[in-house]
Amino acid sequence: MFDNINLLTLAPVLNVQLLLDGLFIGAIFVLAAYGLALVWGVMNVKNLAQGEFVIMGGYLAWHLGTLGVHPILSMPIVIVIMFAFGWVLYLTIIRYVITRDLFTSLLATFGIALVLQQALNLAYGPEVRTAESGFQTHAILGGLVTVAEIKVISFFLCILLAAAVITFMKKSRMGQAIRATAQDARAAKIMGIDTERVYAFTYSLNAAICGAAGVLVSMIWVIQPFYGIPHSIRAFVIVTAAGLGNIPGVIITGLGLGVAEQYSGFVLGLEFQQATALILLLLVLIWRQIQLAQHRQVVQ
Amino acid sequence: MTSDNTLHSQAGGPAADSGRIELNPDRTPLYVYGLIMAFGIVAPFIFPSYTTQIALLWLMILFALTWDICGGQMGYNSLGNIFFFGAGMYICAVVQVGMFTDVGTYTSARGGEQLVLDYGDYFFSLIVGTGVAAVGCVILAVVLGRIVFGLRGPYFAIGTLGLALAARELASTWQWIGGGSGIAMPVYPGLPHEKSVVFYIMFLMLAILTFVFLRWLYSTRFALAINAIRDDEEKAEAMGIHTLRHKLVAWSVAAFFLGMSGAVFGNLTGFVEPLEVAFPAATFGIFMVVMALLGGKGTLWGPVIGATLFHIVKEVTWTYLLGWQWVALGLLIVVNVVFFQEGIMGWMQRKWPERFGITVDQRLSASAGGPQSASQGAKEAGQ
Repeated sequence: MFDNINLLTLAPVLNVQLLLDGLFIGAIFVLAAYGLALVWGVMNVKNLAQGEFVIMGGYLAWHLGTLGVHPILSMPIVIVIMFAFGWVLYLTIIRYVITRDLFTSLLATFGIALVLQQALNLAYGPEVRTAESGFQTHAILGGLVTVAEIKVISFFLCILLAAAVITFMKKSRMGQAIRATAQDARAAKIMGIDTERVYAFTYSLNAAICGAAGVLVSMIWVIQPFYGIPHSIRAFVIVTAAGLGNIPGVIITGLGLGVAEQYSGFVLGLEFQQATALILLLLVLIWRQIQLAQHRQVVQ
Repeated sequence: MTSDNTLHSQAGGPAADSGRIELNPDRTPLYVYGLIMAFGIVAPFIFPSYTTQIALLWLMILFALTWDICGGQMGYNSLGNIFFFGAGMYICAVVQVGMFTDVGTYTSARGGEQLVLDYGDYFFSLIVGTGVAAVGCVILAVVLGRIVFGLRGPYFAIGTLGLALAARELASTWQWIGGGSGIAMPVYPGLPHEKSVVFYIMFLMLAILTFVFLRWLYSTRFALAINAIRDDEEKAEAMGIHTLRHKLVAWSVAAFFLGMSGAVFGNLTGFVEPLEVAFPAATFGIFMVVMALLGGKGTLWGPVIGATLFHIVKEVTWTYLLGWQWVALGLLIVVNVVFFQEGIMGWMQRKWPERFGITVDQRLSASAGGPQSASQGAKEAGQ
C-alpha cells in the first residue's frame, strides 16, 4: 500500500492518469446522480433501481451494437426506449408508491431492481461486456498516460447531456412545471399543473438520463447484469453528500467520487475499488448524523 | 393514542388489581402451540429426506421474527440485518478454528486441511463459538447502532444495506479470515443423516427460543416504548423515552439471535465464504424483509406465517421456474410492498379486529400507514 503511494510521489505523471480516468468516469456518475436527485426531490421516491436503469441502457446499446448500430448513434434510440420504459413503470408501480411512506418506495424500487437485473441476466447471460466503439487510444506525456478517444468523447457527451437537461429544466414549460411541483405539489396543482403527468415525466426523464449514462458506461467501461448495485450506491452517495437540488454540488461530488475510486483502486488494490463507494456512503451518513446532532444541540 | 385506550380499558379490569398490566396479550389458543411443537418434533421422522429443508424453515422463521423487532415493531426498516448473520458466522468460525489451531495458517492453507474433531471437542467448540458469536454480535450492534440509529427513514435503510455490503467486501479482502476463498469449518464427527437431525434440533430450538423470548418481550413495557418510537419518535422522546437506548436494545436482541443462527448455519454448511454463505444480502437478507412483510409486520405471528408460507412456496416452485425464480421474487416484493403491505396478519386484523382483541378507532388506524408519516415525507422533500 505504501509502495503505491511512494510510486505516486515518485512518478507524478501517474496522478494525471488517475485524475483523467476519474473525471471521465465521474462525469457519468454525475448523470445518474442527477437523475436520482430529480426523482427524489420532485416525487420523494428513492429510486434504488437507478443502477439497473444504467445497466439496462448499456445493454440496449450493446444489443444495438450487435445489430450494427454504432453505440454513439444508438444513444438517441436508447433514450427514447428508456423514456417509454420509465413511463410504463410509473403507470404500473411508481404511481402507487409516491404518496406512501419512504420505505415503500425504497423496497418497491428494490424489487424493480431485482427483476431488472435478473431479466438482463436471463437475456444476456452473466458475462462482462463492452460495446465496441472502434476509437483509438493515445499515449501522451512520454507514454505513461493513455487516453482513449472514446473517453474524451463520452466526457463531452456527458457535459452536453447535462447542459441539455439543465436548460430544459430552466427554460421549458415542462421543466418549470417540474420545479414548481418539487417546491409545493399542492400549490402547483391549484395553479393548474397536472402533477400526475409531471411525476410520470420526471420518472421517465430519470430513466432516460440513466439510459444515456448507461450507453456511455458500456462504451468506456464494462457492463454486467449485477453491476447495477454499485451504480445505485454511488448515486446515493453523491446525492446524500451534495444534498437535493444542489446541481453544482452533485457535479463536484460526482467527479470527486470518480477520482476517489480511481485512487483507492490504485493505492489499496483493485479489490477495494468496489468497497470505496460503500465506505464513502457510510462516512457520508456518519458525517450527516454528526451535523444533525449538532443541529439538535443548538435547538436544545 | 390507540395504545392509551387499550391501557385504560385494561387498567380498569382485574389485571390492574394485581399491579400488573397485561400488554399486547397473546390470545393464541394453546393447541396451536401444541400442534406446532408436535410438528417440530416429529417432522424429521416423518420426512427424513426433507430434514434440512424443514430446518431452514425454522431458520427463516427466526429471520423474519428478528427483522420484525426493528422493522415492524420499531419502524426502523433495516435492509442490512444479514450483517449479524454473517458476523456471527465468522466469529464462530474463528473461535472454533482458533481453539485448536492457528487461524492464519489454517486459512492460508486454502481448505487444504480440515479440522477433524471428536464429538466432545466438536460440540464444545460449537457451543463456545455460538455463545461468543451471540455476544460479539450484541457488541457490534451496540457499537454500530450508535452510528446508524442517528439516521432516519431512507437513510437508515440505505445505511444498513451499505453496512452489510461493506462487511461483505471487507470479509472478502481480509486474508486472515480466508478472504474470498473462505474458511472450512470443522468436520462433523458423525454420519451425514445424524448431522442433519442434530442441526435440525438446533435450529428448532433457536426458533422456539426466539419466539418465546419475543412473545415475552412484546408483553412488556419495552414493546410499548418501541411501538411509540415507530408511531412518532419525537413525541416518544418528549414523553421521556430514552429512544437511543431502546433502539440499541431492540437491535441487540435481533443481533443476538441472528448471530447464534449464523454460527449454527456456518457449521451446517461446513464452509464459510463471504458472498454466498455469510452475507447473502440479495437472498436471505431480502427474504427476511419479504417474509415479515408478507405475514404482516408489527405482529407476533405475522413473521411466522409469512416465513412458513414463503419458504414452502419457494421450496416447491423454485426448481420449476427455470431461472425465472428471481424475477418472480422481485415481482413478489413489488406486489407485496405496493399492493398488500399490511400482510396476512394485518389483513386479518382489519377484517376481524374483535378476534384479536383490538379496540381501535378505525379512522386512526386507517391513517397510520407506516412508520414514516406523510408529513415527515413532505419535510424531507422540502429540505
